[in-house]
Amino acid sequence: MSEYIIKNGSVFDPVQGIKGDKKDIAIKDGKIADKVSSAAKVIDASGKTVMAGAVEIHAHIAGPKVNLGRIYRPEDKLFSCTPTKGMERMGGGASIPTTFKTGYEYAKMGYTTAMEAAMPPMFAKHVHEEIRDTPIIDEGAFPVFGNNWFVLEYLKNHEIENTAAYIAWLLRVTKGYAVKVVNPGGTEAWAWGLNCLSVNDPVPYFDITPAEIVKGLIEANEYLGLPHSVHIHPNNLGNPGCYETTLDTLRLAEGMKAKNKFGRESVMHLTHTQFHSYKGTNWGDFESGAKEITDYVNQNKNITIDTGNVTLDETTTMTADGPFEHHLTGLNHLKWANCDVELETCAGVVPYIYSPNISVCAIQWAIGLEIPLMMKDPMRCYITTDHPNAGPFTRYPRVIKWLMSKKARDTQINAFKHKDKVLSQTSIGSLDKELSLYELAQMTRAGPAKTLGLGHMCGGLKPGMDADVAVYNFNPDKPVANPDDIETAFSRCAHVFKSGVEVVKHGEIVGTGHKRTLWVNVKVNDNPQVMRDINEKFIKYYSMTQANYEALGHHFVPNPYALEVDATHV
Amino acid sequence: MTKTITDVICPFCGTLCDDIEVVVSDDGKQLLEVYNACVIGSEKFLHSQAKDRVTKPRMRQDDGTWKDVSYDEAADYTAQMLAKAKKPLMYGWSSTNCEAQSVGNEIAEISRACCDNTAAVCHGTTLIAVQDIGLPTCTLGEVKNRADRIIFWGCNPAHAHPRHMSRYSIFPRGFFTGKGQMSRKMIVIDPRVTDTAKMADVHLQIEQGKDYELLNALRVAFKGEWLPDVVAGIPKEKIREAADMMKSGRFGIIFFGMGVTQSLSKNHNIDIAIAVTKDLNEYTKFSIMPMRGHYNVTGSGEVFAWQFGFPYSIDLTRGFARYNPGDTSSIDLLVRGEVDAMFTIGSDPGAHFPISAVKPIANMPSVCIDPHLTPTSGVSKLHVPVAFNGVETGGNCYRMDNVPIDCRKVVEPPAGMLTDEQFLVMVRDRLKKLKGAA
Amino acid sequence: METVTITMKNPPALYLEADNVTPDVFAGKTAAQIAELHVHEGNTTSTLGKYFEVSGNAGATVADTKIVVKGDVKKVKYLGMKMSAGEMVIEGSADQYVGAWMTGGKLLAKGNVEAFAATAMRGGELIVEGNAGNYLGAAYRGDWRGMSSGKILVKGNAGSDIGMYMTGGEIVVNGNVDVHVMTHAEGGKTVIKGNTKSKLGGQLVDGTIIVFGNIETMMPGYKPNGEVELEVDGVKALFSHYIGDMGERHKKKKGAIVYGNLYKKI
Repeated sequence: MSEYIIKNGSVFDPVQGIKGDKKDIAIKDGKIADKVSSAAKVIDASGKTVMAGAVEIHAHIAGPKVNLGRIYRPEDKLFSCTPTKGMERMGGGASIPTTFKTGYEYAKMGYTTAMEAAMPPMFAKHVHEEIRDTPIIDEGAFPVFGNNWFVLEYLKNHEIENTAAYIAWLLRVTKGYAVKVVNPGGTEAWAWGLNCLSVNDPVPYFDITPAEIVKGLIEANEYLGLPHSVHIHPNNLGNPGCYETTLDTLRLAEGMKAKNKFGRESVMHLTHTQFHSYKGTNWGDFESGAKEITDYVNQNKNITIDTGNVTLDETTTMTADGPFEHHLTGLNHLKWANCDVELETCAGVVPYIYSPNISVCAIQWAIGLEIPLMMKDPMRCYITTDHPNAGPFTRYPRVIKWLMSKKARDTQINAFKHKDKVLSQTSIGSLDKELSLYELAQMTRAGPAKTLGLGHMCGGLKPGMDADVAVYNFNPDKPVANPDDIETAFSRCAHVFKSGVEVVKHGEIVGTGHKRTLWVNVKVNDNPQVMRDINEKFIKYYSMTQANYEALGHHFVPNPYALEVDATHV
Repeated sequence: MTKTITDVICPFCGTLCDDIEVVVSDDGKQLLEVYNACVIGSEKFLHSQAKDRVTKPRMRQDDGTWKDVSYDEAADYTAQMLAKAKKPLMYGWSSTNCEAQSVGNEIAEISRACCDNTAAVCHGTTLIAVQDIGLPTCTLGEVKNRADRIIFWGCNPAHAHPRHMSRYSIFPRGFFTGKGQMSRKMIVIDPRVTDTAKMADVHLQIEQGKDYELLNALRVAFKGEWLPDVVAGIPKEKIREAADMMKSGRFGIIFFGMGVTQSLSKNHNIDIAIAVTKDLNEYTKFSIMPMRGHYNVTGSGEVFAWQFGFPYSIDLTRGFARYNPGDTSSIDLLVRGEVDAMFTIGSDPGAHFPISAVKPIANMPSVCIDPHLTPTSGVSKLHVPVAFNGVETGGNCYRMDNVPIDCRKVVEPPAGMLTDEQFLVMVRDRLKKLKGAA
Repeated sequence: METVTITMKNPPALYLEADNVTPDVFAGKTAAQIAELHVHEGNTTSTLGKYFEVSGNAGATVADTKIVVKGDVKKVKYLGMKMSAGEMVIEGSADQYVGAWMTGGKLLAKGNVEAFAATAMRGGELIVEGNAGNYLGAAYRGDWRGMSSGKILVKGNAGSDIGMYMTGGEIVVNGNVDVHVMTHAEGGKTVIKGNTKSKLGGQLVDGTIIVFGNIETMMPGYKPNGEVELEVDGVKALFSHYIGDMGERHKKKKGAIVYGNLYKKI
């Protein structure tokens, strides 16, 4: 394998505490090395910013609902499809890019790892086929558990060990990465057209509450010692006043401690926090609850969050929160897709236009920025757009611009039609903080990697770690003349290395790397009861056989990378 | 000794039954018996054992006779045909696996072809409707476990999807439907008294071509508004009764077939049926699902969509993907004289397209990749027989509810025969050389 | 105003995509430069000059540019696509997408046009002296933003699905139309001087349809609402008034529901 040395760049690496020092980064055999031979290819990074490859902790980029979005939105591709070019396959799609375009766009921005945030277990094969066809980036997928009948039945009786054994089985057969919870109980209720809007609303028939589901899943997650914490999208998303439900959900983690060998410290990851930080009683008196949420998270070190930044674009919302999508189509009257999945989950899809001329959208934009600006520990707050829900991931450079430049925020605020409302309903106007490059590296690299349990592999530039490196045309020693220069610099990398292979050069794709599928292989003690329960559910209630459900051949996951967890000792 | 293979997937219709048992000879070369499958499914498996099967590629000679050629020669011809054509059409894909479809897409991309699947003649109109209005749907197990209102519209599962009613929709006893068919009300909307209609609690024998009007009337009835006395041949009282029956269920579903997708109004019939479903979600829970025909037509749409962004009728000739049925759809392309080479795989346009679309195929360079002798292989210049997908090779497929199920190989193909995927890889590699692609 | 005339001399074997033939692209170019513009036949790219004889130079601006298309262009697509100003005259019949996505200017087709003419039109004027195909002034697939402004006049007949997802502007068809008129519309007006078949105004949220001739089958979602006298195109007459689609959602204005309107000449 080739050796490289990236010379004289300004290096930002929270893993080693490097804050912009001029340093050389050596790459050998796919890893960051202490030193390389004189044969190493030299990359001149003087006047440039060097960071580890970025880590996406939450995006909807592969699987049935993403593809439903592609299928039912030809207009998302009108006049935007791109031709075959060099190593690149054809691409298309603005808010829901094709798999090839997804891989290229992430790589060009310096991302080398991404997590698909919601995998319906029954559709795991579909998710993995798309992951396989997404070039360059390492990917994992989170199977959804919060409305799964096994989980509901076990946790009704607080059977943590059985829940854990089921999780281990499902992660194995679906090649899943983590325990995802979406609108716990509410999505099962949606199968009858109902919902659970608070943590105490009982789930129809199953006689359990969202609070019991969440607490039980955290306990099972820590019982197993999985790399990632429980990853939660709470009840009551997107409604005025929902911040109280969010706080109720966060409180469920009180007193819980992370137990794992991967260096993760949190027990709960709250995702797309922006959508869960709304005060007010209706869309008229709608206001920001970012302060209340970040105050709580700042004080509780066992919680991590990601932002869910609104990018003010036309996009496509998609979530396993089925009742929310039904609510949304009632608000904007745009086409509504929904798919209920037997025994497991559901998904909804609705296009959405975040217009700068609508006060609610502008306030959502402000809340998404308030959250990272109010968080005291950047290692516990990660930048996402909940792609494509609050905006496409391709807008990260613009979000970075807004976070790094108050001037850029003010320009946008002044462009809003309802500027006064944005200023009165949020505190965005009074936040002077501008993110440093070190904080950016914490929020997009070291932080998410650590919370995913990947801190030993990626998110940093310490020798021995995977050689995922991004070099940006951004000189930290020079003042920023125009905030738009930040967006330009972070849009297209000068160089990107993925596992030591150069994949991007001067903003163009030059290699496809060694794309891997990350999954978590948990060994647990034999649990005949759970295996009997699984067998029975397939015979009686699933519409496919257990053998066919479990069959996930090599052709779906051609290059797997398993994080091994041994939970047999407990 | 024989071997029994369980959990076999039936590669016939979109129901994609995965509980088939197949008995094969000890050496794995002969398929002896098939259990659990419907009559059509059993035939599909047993047909692979036909003694008169074509096992070698055949090229049509100038005098109209066929000459056996090697797979190498067949791949050469195919690659050259695609390389030369200004606008080749690559059609079919619905009876092959996703892996072969994926290689096919690479070929289409390199040769800048038009690519399309059999949705063009069945549920393409459904896809257009979904693009216009969305799709509230569910997996088939949801129907089995919860549904108490089943509507079959313009479809006849008793004949076309024989195990649909027993596995998913009418008879099974699910989690919340312990009384099986007793817990369900069945409505059939069909101009004919089909065997499915005979089983219904309510049969609305609609006038042909007036589905759009009847569905509109149902929407009006939900809202309790004024209706004319008779709509589409159905008295308004009966329409209101059906509307009430739909609203009063706990979980309902509309299954629809080619009776509505390919009759007057086409996509609009589905569009308004989806509107009906959407309306019903204000009162109860309702879903709608197309009764997809070919066992992997759904998968073809999925692979097209994640690779090119559109589910069928895609035009790559300009080097990027475009989509607009009416312009980029197979029948229109053929009838209008837009294409100059025809590549068919896993389908039979010769049997299913109008004659005005089949005739041009006979007058242009053409290849048909199919295990069977079909009307399409009959009009093509080159016929490439291949192994039976789902019998002699596995590979991923998508059921009508988009659930992926990986098919199983149960017997060996005749010696020397290639699978779709293997043959396509040969074509792709040759094409890359011809086009100088990396 | 300067005029560029392009005359078909080597018709394509297949179909030609000529989305560069618009006042917007021609503006500021000489005849020689225009002849070098790209056109596409299948997967091959060549120049306009290979198929057409080009004479005359374009005006300095789009508004100052007029294009006259002569010869047999029945197999040419996308003429006038996305034009924003200026003028264009197609002397004969053209294929699909004439004036598709146009936002301004004046486009006259003296013969027939095939499907997708004036797709998602946002302004300007399209006049077809012959017949128009399906999806005249309709939205692109999947888009809920159809024709929003501008005017279309078809002197002959039009096909099915005209004005689908229309939100504004006006379509007038002097002859007959096929099924489905203004499906899913949320505004705009369509006037049909001849006869219609069925499925008029299905799933229509808002908008107006005026029919002078027959309606073979009325949509059941249209409720009779008396008779009114209207003046349409200088013709005063008595019309039966219907409101609908009663099955569809509707907006409210000052507490009252706003229905779509269908008028049929008595």
